[in-house]
Amino acid sequence: MDDLDLSEFHDVFFDEAAEHLASMESLLLEIDPDAADEEQLNAIFRAAHSIKGGSAAFGFNDITELTHEMETVFDRVRKGQMPLSPSVVDVFLASGDMLKAMFATRKDGAESVSPADVAALCERLRVFLDAPAAAPVAVAEPVAAAAAPPVEIAAPKAVEALPVLEIVFGPFDKTFNAEAVDAMVDDLRRLGRIEETTVVAQRQPGKRKPKPTERRFRIATAVSEAELGEALSFVADPAHFRFVDASTPIEQPDAAPVAVAVPVVAPEVEDFAPRAVIDEKDFCLFVDPATLPGNEPVPDAAVSKVVELKSAAKPVPAAAGADAASIRVSVQKVDALINLVGELVITEAMLAQASLQLDSALFEQLSKGLAQLQRNTRDLQESAMSIRMMPMSFVFGRFPRVVRDLATTLKKQIELKTEGEATELDKGLIERIIDPLTHLVRNSVDHGIESPAAREAAGKPAKGTITLRAFHRGGNIMVEVLDDGAGLDREKLLRKARERGMGVSDSMSDQEVFALIFDAGFSTAEKVTDVSGRGVGMDVVRRNIREMGGNVEITSTLGVGTRISIRLPLTLAILDGMSVAVGTEVFIVPLTYIVESLQPAESDIKTIAGQGAVVQVRGEYLPLLTLHQVLNLTPKVVEPHRGIIVIVEAEGRKTAMFVDELVGQHQVVIKSLESNYRRVQGVSGATIMGDGRVALILDVADLVGAVPKEYGLAA
Amino acid sequence: MSQTQTAVTAKSAGLSASHQASEFLTFRLGQEEYGIEILKVQEIRCYEAVTAIANAPDFIKGVVNLRGIIVPIVDMRIKFNLGQASYDEFTVVIILNVASRVVGMVVDGVSDVIQLAGDQVRAAPDFSSNSFDTNYITGLGTADDRMLILIDIERLMCSPDMALFDGGTVQ
Repeated sequence: MDDLDLSEFHDVFFDEAAEHLASMESLLLEIDPDAADEEQLNAIFRAAHSIKGGSAAFGFNDITELTHEMETVFDRVRKGQMPLSPSVVDVFLASGDMLKAMFATRKDGAESVSPADVAALCERLRVFLDAPAAAPVAVAEPVAAAAAPPVEIAAPKAVEALPVLEIVFGPFDKTFNAEAVDAMVDDLRRLGRIEETTVVAQRQPGKRKPKPTERRFRIATAVSEAELGEALSFVADPAHFRFVDASTPIEQPDAAPVAVAVPVVAPEVEDFAPRAVIDEKDFCLFVDPATLPGNEPVPDAAVSKVVELKSAAKPVPAAAGADAASIRVSVQKVDALINLVGELVITEAMLAQASLQLDSALFEQLSKGLAQLQRNTRDLQESAMSIRMMPMSFVFGRFPRVVRDLATTLKKQIELKTEGEATELDKGLIERIIDPLTHLVRNSVDHGIESPAAREAAGKPAKGTITLRAFHRGGNIMVEVLDDGAGLDREKLLRKARERGMGVSDSMSDQEVFALIFDAGFSTAEKVTDVSGRGVGMDVVRRNIREMGGNVEITSTLGVGTRISIRLPLTLAILDGMSVAVGTEVFIVPLTYIVESLQPAESDIKTIAGQGAVVQVRGEYLPLLTLHQVLNLTPKVVEPHRGIIVIVEAEGRKTAMFVDELVGQHQVVIKSLESNYRRVQGVSGATIMGDGRVALILDVADLVGAVPKEYGLAA
Repeated sequence: MSQTQTAVTAKSAGLSASHQASEFLTFRLGQEEYGIEILKVQEIRCYEAVTAIANAPDFIKGVVNLRGIIVPIVDMRIKFNLGQASYDEFTVVIILNVASRVVGMVVDGVSDVIQLAGDQVRAAPDFSSNSFDTNYITGLGTADDRMLILIDIERLMCSPDMALFDGGTVQ
């Protein structure tokens, strides 16, 4: 077999298998063992079955074996032959993990799972099978939902007592002809022994050969009529087939039909290699039955080879479930598209700027056209951005498992609630928010929620609640982690900070005190849980969020709970900013940080000996950040009262930035400075202005962080 | 790789390169003529308005917009103290593509592209120089009456003291 042909399809299979595993896990976590929904059980079964099918086609035997065991066990559960106990759920969750590891070995070259572990897990699964079941199930493979499963030979042992169902295919028309039935029949072969009994044909005027109007088959199978119908409905319109009583005589259609009995079909039918269900047009690609070895049962290997080609070429489409109307696109293509749209925005801005100089009366058509262009460009930009947007459920999906496992380990009772899963976030941000969010949730479980005993003593319900919430606010996405746990102790934090020699004062606001836990000195103290090896402390969390252009804040009430709010921009690529001038240079300040701008009166500027200046704004004294000093530029304006103060808020603190003047407000495309240069302190990126020049985007949080913390004087 | 190892590889690479005919772009810095592998050169531009970067070393003039990409510009004349760093309509910027990054360097002028066969290149004498770490010199080429100092521009640009890239080692 040509392995080269198949490896192209490995990636698609891995992606789909990952989806199956994810949906299986979330269903297992959701399902209530005592009141299991039949549809959920079926869905879990189908997920395992789909993975098995694909892995069999690609020859991943270890995965096939494990999923086969899982499937067999779960089949019993969904048929009601076995109760769904928590231990079954646990084994399945463990199996899911092992499958993930097996896939990781194949996909990323990770360390292989030890065969001993796999064998042990299979044993655990088999234990459930050995328990007496209600009715022995024949080895016949259960009905699968996937439309193009590679067929495994079920070798339906001829259990004589199997009930017989009769299927009638017809009437035939342009969309569904008699030949198509063969493919379907072959697919049914794995469910039981099937043979054609009759073909009802009608003599066509002017043609010698009668055209079939109906084909009847008999199948001896353990599968119920309903399940058979379900399987068939994936490949045929239910209008084209029906089940009848074996004893029903063939109906006589109107125009003098000729009923042709086809008794000979049986032995021929045995010779056909079972084929995957395929479209009619692929029909002729298949092996001429005459060339197949005689009547011997075709061994698994040969079958799977014949079948591999087809199933590889059509990686299980229905496995995507309801997403039949979506296509897989590589992230690079999407990124390239977004870059191009970004370039278009810049060019459009340049045109708009250049056209300002034109007399709009004289060039009316041009102005109108440019205005239209601007609208179109904005719309295109929004559309392109939305391609990369994915719902937060992608992020929230993994947390039930995390919380469940951690809570069990720590012997706490915790319920996880999620809100706003449909809120969309840029794919790049989704990937980057997962680690920090995981850390925050683990913190909540570990240090936030108290033990059941402590909670009851405090008059709280024994079961703690952690809520994950996502929503839009302003031009941002807010992601919050709330818990009804112990809350943060302000005094304790201040004490610890003093112990570590950090400069703190009692007059710091609550926000500022809570923000202390983000400082590197704090994070590692009494960590019991294993966050080791990931290098993620609270300081890294804040840094990661800042690097995404976001912000994180903590609110808490002692004894009641804590809320951690993460604010993220909607997209990484475009930014709303205000351009400010310092000397001859223009800088962009992201709008999300700006609170207000004003020109201060001379009397509002006060200096503190040895520490710099502050500005009085409505009773508050804000530290003055003189940009031309920090950036080492020659300004046009030296006195703050002749320039402009831009009040920005970052890290829970307000700072007054002193600039020469405000230039304007723009939507800018963020260009990376670091791809060809390196990280610059105080600069988060660059952009290209309408005149083609580069303007640097200020990293407000960085700049503000440079201002000494000792300020915080009350008015 | 340690410094010594990279030095050895560079030298041997330089020597092996000199065995085949290679094409070099030659340019002037002050009174001297230098040559760099033509394959590292992306394009040649005139010196345009540069956006300065705060607190950067003086030889890093800033960044420019190169058809949508932000590219840092280095003035070699300042860095290596060679000649007068003036900027007029004849000032040339060579845009390089090294280590998957795009960098521009200001030079006094670009001469031409020449092919040097192995026998036209000699190993550089190992004199220690303050202004120019001779580790980056892969050889001395002769063409007509000119002596060309051949540089491994990728190594030079990626070195830590150029302060251009984070963790500046050749990838």
